[in-house]
Amino acid sequence: MATVFQVYLGLLLLCCFMCLYRLARGPTAPDRTVAIDILGIVIVGFCAFMAVLTGKDFYINIAITWALLSFIATIALAKYLEGRGFDE
Amino acid sequence: MNELIGIVFFGIGIAFNLFGCLGLIRLPDVYNRLQASTKCVTFGTIFLLVGVLIYSGITAMGIKAILCLIFILLTSPTAAHAIARGAHHSRVKLWKKSVIDRYEQDKEGKE
Repeated sequence: MATVFQVYLGLLLLCCFMCLYRLARGPTAPDRTVAIDILGIVIVGFCAFMAVLTGKDFYINIAITWALLSFIATIALAKYLEGRGFDE
Repeated sequence: MNELIGIVFFGIGIAFNLFGCLGLIRLPDVYNRLQASTKCVTFGTIFLLVGVLIYSGITAMGIKAILCLIFILLTSPTAAHAIARGAHHSRVKLWKKSVIDRYEQDKEGKE
């Protein structure tokens, strides 16, 4: 059982590093925005998995907060890409 | 038994996450990457949260997992749509083998 959990943790870490590769490499600004969005969603899953793995309750609170902040950051970056003000 | 079903759900979710991130790396332009990665990673994370719910049962952790699941299900497509719209408005070129661009045609027809 512990081996399966270790393999799962390694695969999720690999997902995070794939997103970081696209964040560093991406040719245009929207590529980097997509990478930030996907990294946020992957980390929400990672925190939920850590909550099960360690049995501690507060990791799922971190997941909820991370989802909220990631959504707001992505919307702000998309507005910036579109070239409009934040209050339109 | 609940632990076993939860582990199977974790496996499905992590496989979808991995395929989505692979699409994020391998595909040629920003619209293809958005299309591949957003849907796959949202589906995979939803499977992870359902796995948390099944693994821990109806406890405080499970209820919070349902809350997080509903929130991600609502906000992730909205964010993807906003990114695609912003990329198109900031004149990011399509891939050179792309066939059609309906959004550009709509904008030209309107103006």
